[in-house]
Amino acid sequence: MKVLKSSLVLVLVVVMMFAFAACNNAAAPAADTAADTATAAPVADDGMVKVGIVNNPPSESGYRAANVADFEKVFTEANGYEVSTVYTLNIDEQLNAAAQFITDGVDYLLISAAATDGWDTVLTNAKDAGVKVILFDRMINADESMYEAAVVSDMAVEGQNAVAWLKSQNLEAYNVIHIQGVMGTAAQIGRTGALDAEFAAGTMTKVVQQTANWQADEAKDIVATVISAGTPFNVIYAENDDMAKGAVAALDEAGITHGVGGDVIIMGFDCNKWALRELLAQNWNFDQQCSPFQAAVIDEMIKTLEAGGTLDSKLVISEEKGFDATTITQEDIDTYGLGD
Amino acid sequence: MINGIKKIARSQLLVPIIALLALIIFNLFRDINFFTISLITNNEGNQVLSGNIISILTGASELAILAIGMTLVTAAARGQDISVGAAAAIAGSVFVNILRSTQITPGVIIGAFVACCLVAILFGMFNGTLVAIFKIQPMIASLILFTSGRSVAYWINGGASPTVESPLISHLGSFIPGIPIPTPVLVVIVFCIIVALILRFTNLGLYTQSVGINERSARLNGINSVWIKMLTFMFLGVCCAIAGVIAVSRIGLINHETILLDIEMDAILAVAIGGNSLGGGKFSLIGSLMGAYIIQALTITLYAMQVPSTDVKAYKAIVIIAIVVLGSPIVKRYAAQLRDKLAKKPMKVTENY
Repeated sequence: MKVLKSSLVLVLVVVMMFAFAACNNAAAPAADTAADTATAAPVADDGMVKVGIVNNPPSESGYRAANVADFEKVFTEANGYEVSTVYTLNIDEQLNAAAQFITDGVDYLLISAAATDGWDTVLTNAKDAGVKVILFDRMINADESMYEAAVVSDMAVEGQNAVAWLKSQNLEAYNVIHIQGVMGTAAQIGRTGALDAEFAAGTMTKVVQQTANWQADEAKDIVATVISAGTPFNVIYAENDDMAKGAVAALDEAGITHGVGGDVIIMGFDCNKWALRELLAQNWNFDQQCSPFQAAVIDEMIKTLEAGGTLDSKLVISEEKGFDATTITQEDIDTYGLGD
Repeated sequence: MINGIKKIARSQLLVPIIALLALIIFNLFRDINFFTISLITNNEGNQVLSGNIISILTGASELAILAIGMTLVTAAARGQDISVGAAAAIAGSVFVNILRSTQITPGVIIGAFVACCLVAILFGMFNGTLVAIFKIQPMIASLILFTSGRSVAYWINGGASPTVESPLISHLGSFIPGIPIPTPVLVVIVFCIIVALILRFTNLGLYTQSVGINERSARLNGINSVWIKMLTFMFLGVCCAIAGVIAVSRIGLINHETILLDIEMDAILAVAIGGNSLGGGKFSLIGSLMGAYIIQALTITLYAMQVPSTDVKAYKAIVIIAIVVLGSPIVKRYAAQLRDKLAKKPMKVTENY
């Protein structure tokens, strides 16, 4: 009886393990096929450009999912690319994958680094092997001569864009609730910088400045506390869309109007599709893009280099738009929105 | 009356009561308006209650429910499940994706809730199997789901952070028209009543304790310890599902990376603040509940004090260290000695610790 029971349990566990494995396969089919092609990469030169991509897994964030989808759309066989991709958040695995790509003899190595340091050996090897390195999304700590180009977001510019829009509203007074992301992240530092400058200059008043760790419910608690204290405010500057949504939930419960024509201006970052729909419905006022779309620019660069041309500049900052609720269109949502 | 005070002084609830009183007194002196509760009209046109106390009560709902489940798992399995946040993310994702696939009606919401409960119970059974049958330390066993759970939620959501827009869902997450009390608070009350009734009219509470105190003797007395442990993990699964559904309904959005992030640590902390031994055995659900509300009260107090973002965690840590040390066996024994000395009674040699 006991043997029967434990063998039954064993079967159950094995089934569960398979279920898990199945989940993983479904979640990252690209990673599996990528690993296959990476090991079995054909040596024959058939006119295709061989590209190795080292990226973070799409499960990391909505931003990353859009980023991965963008690369999958542009770097295809039909476009003349033979692509191998490795997705991992682990810096050691990223370094190993990059080294493997160099060994396999790729023409271009595209890297979105999980950590900024530790890339020296890989970059040197790439240079020796004649592999051109293009950084995307994030910079790494290395001399400019070590890579061909970098296509990255500038979070500080995003903050400046948003603050410039806010100033253009010409409000009589700016009493701002500033909800920050996880302290110390590049996005938080960049998006906080411009607003902090206004607080320091005295052009805007800081009602409260608090981190909600990118979480909607924490943002809701923060705003609810301000409302309970009775401090007047007319702007909510949330450093991502989730937190802006949480803040709005607190306003709704307290019967405070928001958005176009409302008492409180709502500002978010990232341009999720659902957030842009809030803009279109005029429940929010402004959303600043953080562009995950670097593939087209890189595609252009590679085509130029393959044709024997040179790049105009090594560093390309992704052009990032801000959307105003009074001017946004459904087309903007379809083009620039993340997710669905 | 004096007997009542003496009873409290000896009970494990002494520390959470002191902590809660301290928070209240601190806020009384800091700003008496902290306690103001007012009836206001929300943007849907309903009369609703508003104020910091309401924020604390409603904000702690998910934590309170998870703390109850965590207490029972701790009592029976002599260890903690650190995968509750991930399990809640999975349950919330299932809930949202069922709702998105069809027209939202009350029936569909109930169906989606049952479905996400079943999924969460399955994951609870996975942890339970590892713990009860394979005798793996609960923290190690749940580490598997802790690390992989949010990826599973990502897979369910198809890589996005889907939203549900429906007045019914926002009623579930904030206020039902005509009822000024936040719905999550009502959910916690109903949940607590059900749990209290189950513990009152069955032997499950006693069985759970005996498995935690001495599994061998419990088994010799005819208690199926494997089943009891499994049951607590399945129950925690239900708690995760409820917490996930509340969290999703609050904002109408599921973000698999951030939803109920780090809540497992707060849930374990709530159990500890409630005076429960993390080594299992005897437990007090009221203690854990108080622990949950103390944590949320602390958070709201720090927001109201406008503590700088970079310092919030440090402030929280200081208060929590104080509470935990206050509840430690050494301090308790010292306090007992002091009490006996003051009462001029001969010192008792043994105390429960």
